[in-house]
This record gives sequence, C-alpha cells and structure tokens, in this order.
Amino acid sequence: MKNQLLPAIRLTLVLLVVCCLIYPALVWAGVQLAPGQGLGVTASKNGRVVGYDNVGQKFDRPEYFNSRPSAVDYNAAGSAGSNKGPSNPEYLGTVKARLDTFLLQNPGVTKDQVPAELITASGSGLDPHLSAQGAYVQVARIAKARNIDPNTIKSLINNNLEKGVINPDRVNVLRLNLALDNLASASR
Amino acid sequence: MNQDLLGVLVMFGLALGLALPLGRFLANVFRGDKNALDFLAPVERGIFRLSGIDANREMTWQQHLVALLTINLVWFVLAMAVLCTQGVLPLNPDHNPSMSPDLAFNTAISFLVNCNLQHYSGESGLSYLSQIVVITFLQFVSAATGIAAAVVIFNALQARTTDKLGNFYNYFVKSLTRLLLPGSLIIALILAFNGTPMTLAGKQELVTLQGESVAVSRGPVAAMVAIKELGTNGGGFYGANSAHPLENPNFLTNVVENVALTLIPLAMIFALGFYLKRKRLAWMIFGVMTVGFVALLAPTIYYEMHGNPAIAQMGVDQNLGALEGKEMRFGAAASAYWSITNTVISCGSINSMHDSFMPLSGLCQMLGMMTNAFYGGCGVGLLNFFAYLIIAVFIAGLMVGRTPEFLGKKIEAREMKIAVIVTLLHPLLILAGTAMTAHLYAGNPTEYAGWLANPGFHGFSEMLYEFTSASANNGSGFEGLGDNTPWWNISTGVVLLLSRFLPIIGPVAIAGLLARKKVVPESAGTLPADTATFGVMVLAVIVIIAALAFFPALALGPIAEHFSLY
Repeated sequence: MKNQLLPAIRLTLVLLVVCCLIYPALVWAGVQLAPGQGLGVTASKNGRVVGYDNVGQKFDRPEYFNSRPSAVDYNAAGSAGSNKGPSNPEYLGTVKARLDTFLLQNPGVTKDQVPAELITASGSGLDPHLSAQGAYVQVARIAKARNIDPNTIKSLINNNLEKGVINPDRVNVLRLNLALDNLASASR
Repeated sequence: MNQDLLGVLVMFGLALGLALPLGRFLANVFRGDKNALDFLAPVERGIFRLSGIDANREMTWQQHLVALLTINLVWFVLAMAVLCTQGVLPLNPDHNPSMSPDLAFNTAISFLVNCNLQHYSGESGLSYLSQIVVITFLQFVSAATGIAAAVVIFNALQARTTDKLGNFYNYFVKSLTRLLLPGSLIIALILAFNGTPMTLAGKQELVTLQGESVAVSRGPVAAMVAIKELGTNGGGFYGANSAHPLENPNFLTNVVENVALTLIPLAMIFALGFYLKRKRLAWMIFGVMTVGFVALLAPTIYYEMHGNPAIAQMGVDQNLGALEGKEMRFGAAASAYWSITNTVISCGSINSMHDSFMPLSGLCQMLGMMTNAFYGGCGVGLLNFFAYLIIAVFIAGLMVGRTPEFLGKKIEAREMKIAVIVTLLHPLLILAGTAMTAHLYAGNPTEYAGWLANPGFHGFSEMLYEFTSASANNGSGFEGLGDNTPWWNISTGVVLLLSRFLPIIGPVAIAGLLARKKVVPESAGTLPADTATFGVMVLAVIVIIAALAFFPALALGPIAEHFSLY
C-alpha cells in the first residue's frame, strides 16, 4: 500500500502546483490584456458605475424598459431560475398574473403582442436581454411616461438591436435604458 | 427561427470537424508516436521525477486499477479537508462558511467522480480556494482519470496476447499536459476576452441605474469554466451554471463552451479507431451514438421551439418558444441542443433550467443519462459503450450460433457476467434510489415538503432525474429539488461512488481479461464488429435495456405530465 500511496500523494502535490497555481496564473496573465482586465465589463453613467454590461438588473419603473421577471429578483450574488415545471398550476397562475399586470401597465397593448419572455423568468435570474418585440411592446408606455415621441424610442431600439446570425435577435436592456437617459439629458 | 437551427448545426459541425484531427492526435500521444506537443516531454519527465514515478513500467489491468483507485482516495481526503474548513482558510473574500460534513461528502464525491451534483450554490457555498483547489483541480484530474482508463482499454484491444497494458500515470499525466491543460488555457482566454471574470477580488457593490443596491459576484471564473466544459465535468462557478451571463456571456462563448464539452467524447471515438487502426469500427460506434443522440435531440428542439401549451392558451406570443428558465441570448433551439449534449455526455452543465423544459424534453434528457452511452463523458462514455458492445457481441453470437468474438478475442462467461453487472447496476441504482425516496416522501409529505418544487407528476420527475443524474455521473438536475439535506447528500453520494468506479473497474477488467486471450484469426465465421448490421444490433441492445428498465418510471413522470398538458 505504501509504495502505491506515496507516489499518489507526491503526484497530487505536483499537480496541485500545475493545475491550481501555474494554470490559473497563465490565464490571469493573459486576461490583463482583455477588456475589464478580468474584473468584468462595467457600464457607467456620468462616471458612476451603474452595472455590468452582461449582468441583467431590475427595471420596473414605467419610464424604463422593464427587464424580464427574475426568480431571484436580480440578486447578482445568488443566481437561479424559478425551476417551475410547465404544468405547475401555481406557476401558471403567476404567469397569468404577470400578463394581467403587464396589460394593465401598458394600456392599448393586446395579449398576442406580449412576447413570452416578459412573463417568464430567465434561467439565471440575471438575463440582460429582451427580444426586439419585448422592447417594442413597451414603447407607448415609456413615451407617455417620458413625454417624448414614440418614434424616437423606436429608432433607439433599432439602433441598439443586436442582430443574431445564428442566434436570436435581442436588445440589452441596460444599454437601452442608458440610451433613454442620455436622450433625456440631451434634450434638456 | 431558422437562424436558431443554423446555430445548432454550426455547433455540431464544429465539434465534429475538430474531433477528427484531435482523435488522430490523441492516438499518437497515447501510442507514444511523434506528435505536435512533444516539446512538453521534459515537463512530463519533471512531473514524474518529482513524484518518484517510473512512467515506463508496464502495468497489468489490476495494477492500473490499484493506481487509479489509490490516487482517487488521496483526492477525496484532500477535497473533504478543504471543504470542511474553507471558512477559515485564505482566499475567501466573500466570507462564505465551511460546508457541513454531509454536504462536503456529497460535493467531494461528486467532483471526484467527474460529476457536479452541486447541492450548494457557487456564489455563497464555496470560497475561491475551494473553487480552485477542490473544484478546478478535480475537474482536471477526474477527466484525466476517465481518459486514462479508456486508453487502457484501447491498449488491451490490440490483436496480441499480453498482460502489459502500459502505464497508468503515463496515460493520466499526458491527458493533462497534452490535452486538458493546453485546451483549457485557450478556452479560458476566449471566455475572459468576452467578459467572463478572472480575478481574486470579491463581490462588487454597486447602485443600479434605477437605484437599487446590488452586489455582483466575481472570482476566478474563466479558468474554471474552461476545464468544466472541456473535461465534461459541468460544475458551474455560479449557481446558474452556464446560464449565468458572466459564466457564458454571449453566443460565441456558448458555441465555444458547447463545442468544448462535446469535443473529447467525440475525439476519443476516433482516437480508438486510429489507435487500433480500425477506422470503420470508430465510424460504427460514432454512427450508433449519433443515431441515439439525434433521436433524443429532435423532439427536444421541437417541443422547446413550440412553447408551453398552457401559456399558449393565455394568448401570448410564443414564437420564440418556451422561455421559462431560458436566456434570450441563446434562445430555445440552442438551449435544447445544449441540454441534450450535456445529458448524453455526462457533463451536466446547463445554459437553461431543465426543470422548466416541456415534459417530453425532460424525458429525452433523462433518457440521455439512462442510456449513458451516446458519446458519454471524458473517456468513461466509451467504457459504458464497451459494456453494451460486449453484450451485443454475445447476443449476436447466440443468434447466429457461433462463439462470440470481439476483435479476434473470444467473449466468455466471465466477461459477460461483468458486462451484465455493469449494465444492470445503472437502472438498479436509479430505480431503487427513486423508489426509496418516493416511499419516504409518500409516507410523510409534510415533513419532506421542502424536497419538491412542483406537485404531481413533475415532482416525481424531479426525484427520478436526481438519481438518474447521480448514477450517470452527470450532475445536472431538476434544480427545484431541495437537495441539500442529509438524505439526498448521502444517498446520491453513495450512488455516485458506485456508478463511477464499478463502470470503470468492470470494462477495464473485461479488456484486461481479453488481452490475455490468444488471438483467433478472422475467418468466414467471424462476426465483423465494424458493420452497420452490427451497429443496429448494438443500438437494439441499448434501446431494449433502457426501454425495458426505465419505461415504467418514465410513464409515472414525464409521460403522464405530457398527457396532462397536451
């Protein structure tokens, strides 16, 4: 046993150095050239960091593009999905309630215009995106809340639309809302 | 819609395109032939010298297994020690606590066996030290263990009579230095340049645009996620695994991660062909696995792209498919593809929540793990498939009335017994585990109410999925399951141990026994193993075993749920 155990322990120690010290150090060194230097890419407004480019955040005020429902209320230190099964009656009740709330907050919008992502929670609870339709359907409400021309907001969406070649088209909600705020400060 | 399907084709095409040359390269590495990374030989010699190992000593199959099991024991002790004390050890900027012994047991076993049951959430459950020294380390070495075991079988299947099957440490260390480490380095850098963090700094506190205070978890993510996928371990840095926008920031990283996890299982099939100089055999295996894979993939993509009928009834627009538990940057098709690649391959990482998939998609995910032989994990996928092959050879032999032979070696009672035990162990562990748990739950639904997040058929599926995932060493879950309890931690921990090491010991033993036999020259009476006919035979064996064993349980869970919903 001893002549089996000893080499196993020694090899483990050597590999700890290789896999847990040298390898991460090499990655870390390479990352110093990357955007954000491995700290993540942040977005700022007036010099203040307001979020991570990729990490979704909660928007539920009428004057912002609202983000998707989140099972963890956009807690970026505890990601999770809802894990609700497709036939769970309680879950379907929640979805129906979200739909009713959305229709109430967005008068004039009909059910068939509401895309599913606005009433279903994402996998991470931190989904930063909406589909194009998910943004368009909120235009009238935002235009009213901000008292600006809906066409201006529509062109904002079009400018921020990330076209997918082999994946779905989408818009980044934080970037869109930053653009909305810039619009407001520019017109003032 | 169609562009989403194009994404699926791109991912599979890329994986296959890279797997062929990689398979040739691996065959060269393990045969000891000239290859592109020979300049690393001095590094390997240094590792062996520091460890006091003679990497040229030829081992019998028993010596291989002793070496493999001993070093695994060392890793288990190391992992337990770190997980139980991480709260007071360094590199813990977020002040996460030490693990309870039963959770540490489950976590240590889980990663030791190249699984990732993860009854904790990464952000709050592990220190950075544990993420690196336990999780990342085990992701490297457990993948290399599986590859080394597969190479022992490659070696044993050559047409000669011998006891000497190469050196375990040689195969093991070369899997790391020539494949897993350089591959992970490339993948980690691609991820980091797309926004995945790689830092020892703790959470960042910030105030959002709308004025809410949040803390964003960071960490040495890129280095870990690379080996998590390449080594088909699947254990995520964050709770949401590759659904998390920092772990998998965009569609490019999604392609890279998905190709990475399919790459080695595919390449090992071709490596077998190059190693034995039997390319037709490799294509037969690839064909059988791919037929099984596509049979599970197609319905999953179909159901996910068509959305949830109960939500359709509310009259909303579901033209992007079922989106509960999915991320907008991936979409329904790529999420469905990911879920099936990760269940047929025992990787178990997720980019969407399997618990929220349509019932028959969940069924396909479970079947991927129940068969456990369509591609399969790093190395071990071929080991499982090998057991099915032996059974198919035997049955085919009986059907045509000839002595069963495989690659010129007679298959006899002893090899058959081992193959049957290995194959039947899997349904036994899954069904017995689920039955015991369902019995506990049914006896006292109030006490165990925390276990299930969903009522009815789907709740049963959650339990069935967990044991299936444990026994397949997969690690994904219907994560609604409240699984950080002593019952789940210990029961699935035991299942993990049995289902990892017996399916390694069994096939290596069969191969070792075959290697010792004398070679029977091929004749008109030989049943060729590299034909489509034989492929159909193997597929039939797999389907019959999976269907017979699992159909009743699946009928109680996903099938019943399907008919309640559609």
